[in-house]
Amino acid sequence: MKSSKISTYGLLIALAFILSYIEALFPPPVPIPGIKLGLANLMVLAGLYTMGVKEAFVLSLIRIILVGLTFGNMSTMLFSLAGGILSWLVMSLLKQVKSFSLVGVSVAGAVSHNIGQIITAIFVTENINIIYYLPFLLLSGLITGAVIGIIGALIIKRIKKQ
Amino acid sequence: MIKKNDFLLIGAIVILCLAAFAFMLLSRKEGSKVIVYVDGNEYASFPLNEDVEYTVRKEDGAYNTFIIKDGKIDMIAASCPDKICVNERSKHYRNETITCLPNNVVLEISGGEEGDVDIIAK
Repeated sequence: MKSSKISTYGLLIALAFILSYIEALFPPPVPIPGIKLGLANLMVLAGLYTMGVKEAFVLSLIRIILVGLTFGNMSTMLFSLAGGILSWLVMSLLKQVKSFSLVGVSVAGAVSHNIGQIITAIFVTENINIIYYLPFLLLSGLITGAVIGIIGALIIKRIKKQ
Repeated sequence: MIKKNDFLLIGAIVILCLAAFAFMLLSRKEGSKVIVYVDGNEYASFPLNEDVEYTVRKEDGAYNTFIIKDGKIDMIAASCPDKICVNERSKHYRNETITCLPNNVVLEISGGEEGDVDIIAK
C-alpha cells in the first residue's frame, strides 16, 4: 500500500470517528428514534469519491467497529453495520452508474441507512409495526442526506485539488 | 452540479413519504389496549381506559417505566443510555409503538375488538 493511501485512510477514519463522537454528544431533539444527521457519512462519501468503492467499505467498517467499541455496544454496532453496509452498497451502485450527483448519492445513502436500521429493528424486536417509523425516517434521511451531500461536494472538491 | 436524476430520486422519496403519511392518517383508529413486548415476547397488556403506571423490569436490571393517562401511553423513565423512548411522544392510535431498542421493550397500541369498544362506550 502506498504511503499516500495509508495517510488518506488514517485521516478519513480519524475524521469519521470524531464526527461520530460529535454526533453522539448532540443527539437531535426529535421524538422519533433513528433520526440523526449522519455526519460520519461525509467521510464515507469522501472515501468513495477520492479513493474508491472498496476503500469506502473498509473506511466505513473500521469506523463502525471503532465507534461500537468506544461509545456503543454489540447492539448499537449491529444497527450501525446493517445501516452502514446497505448504505455503502446503494451509494456505490449509484456512483458507478454515473447518472447521479453527489447529492443524489448521499440522499440514497442516508435513506438506505435508515431502511437498514428499521429492518434490523423489526428483526430484533420481532415486531412489524416498527415499520410505522419508516416514513418519518425517510423524510429526515432525505433532508440530512441532501445537506451532507452538499457539504460533502465542497469537501471533495478541495481534497481533489491537493 | 445537481443532476436531473437527483431530483427524480428526491421526488420519488417525497411522493412515497406523502403516500405513507396519507395512508397512516386515513387508516388510523383509536386503540383500546397496550401490549408490552419484551425481547419479542408478549409480556403484559393493559386497557387504555384505565390510568396506570407500570415498570417493566428485566433480569439484567434494565427497566422501562410507562404510564397510561387519558387513553395515551407515554414512557416516563428508562435505564437505556439514549432515552429515545422517553423522548417519544405519547401515543394512542392503533399500531403505533414506543420502542426502546437497547432494552428491547416495545409498547404497542392494539386495537379494539368489538367487546372492548362497547365497554368504553358504556
